[in-house]
Amino acid sequence: MAKIIINREKCKGCLLCVSFCPKSLIVADKDLNRRGLNPAKTKDSSGCTGCSMCAIICPECCIEVYK
Amino acid sequence: MKKIFSRPESLRDVPTHYCPGCGHGIAHRLLAQAVDDLGIREKVIGVAPVGCAVVAYDYWNFDCCEAAHGRALAVATAIKRVRPENIVFTYQGDGDLAAIGTNETIHTANRGENLTVIFINNAIYGMTGGQMAPTTLLGQKTATSPRGRNADSEGYPLKISELLAQLPAVKYIERVSLHSPQEVLKAQRAIKQAFQNQIENKGFSLVEILSPCPTYWGMSPDQAVEWVKETMSKEFPLGRIK
Ligand SMILES: Cc1ncc(C[n+]2csc(CCOP(=O)(O)OP(=O)(O)O)c2C)c(N)n1
Ligand code: SF4
Repeated sequence: MAKIIINREKCKGCLLCVSFCPKSLIVADKDLNRRGLNPAKTKDSSGCTGCSMCAIICPECCIEVYK
Repeated sequence: MKKIFSRPESLRDVPTHYCPGCGHGIAHRLLAQAVDDLGIREKVIGVAPVGCAVVAYDYWNFDCCEAAHGRALAVATAIKRVRPENIVFTYQGDGDLAAIGTNETIHTANRGENLTVIFINNAIYGMTGGQMAPTTLLGQKTATSPRGRNADSEGYPLKISELLAQLPAVKYIERVSLHSPQEVLKAQRAIKQAFQNQIENKGFSLVEILSPCPTYWGMSPDQAVEWVKETMSKEFPLGRIK
């Protein structure tokens, strides 16, 4: 059991987390955040292993990982 | 559930001004994590460069000083000599460290000052609008090399880390990259090592970090990390140099 929490207001939408999640659990949100950017969001956290790849590559340090 | 990954205490919880996908944000976090891990937040003094990271001191939660363009290692030398009990590092781009600051870089390394250097190589001048840097690759298009860098007129990409490794007083040089989570973890280990060396009074330590600048490479963040992996790291091979 693991999950991530993405701070959507801090996210700049670079989407590197989307590319590096080995389980493809992250997508771009169609709704804009207050900066006017499409932030990353979790599509489905049921398969999350807590590997932290998304958080390690995130330049904004806006992903927290729980396990 | 327990929190297993969160912001280091040494990284302030404020938004940065960096472009989406810029490597500076990752490098700032790695540095902050190393400071936390080594328990040196009250002892560390950073010297910020001129370049995109010019206001890095606003992002780190420890003491910092700002240096004129290229002069970070001269300022760091002074701080370390006056306050040897502090842990002093510089954080510099390729323009700062290997163009305008080449003189300071070579002589500080040659004196073997007990300092830690974090060198962000993004093969371009980011802050001023994407001009050619000493580390720009052959054929790479920039604002000042619109047809691509040409060795006949602009010389070759400057491998300053390999040059510095020739100096007897230099203790540690490693080149790392930010192009994947695995490489980011290696970068984290190298940064920690470079601080550990200073704590143990071993002398001059430098970590060169290949870092994406999607904006002035004219790429998406995804393409930029791919370019670091496939192209840039071929010209600047990763690993321990000294
Ligand atoms: C004495 C002086 N000369 C030139 C400049 C203009 N200038 C500002 S940043 C910069 C280059 C920055 O490039 P780099 O060090 O690679 O850092 P990056 O912005 O790519 O992170 C230059 C030439 C300056 N600020 N001061
Ligand atoms: S211009 Fe390049 S180096 Fe500067 S913040 Fe943007 S991506 Fe980063």
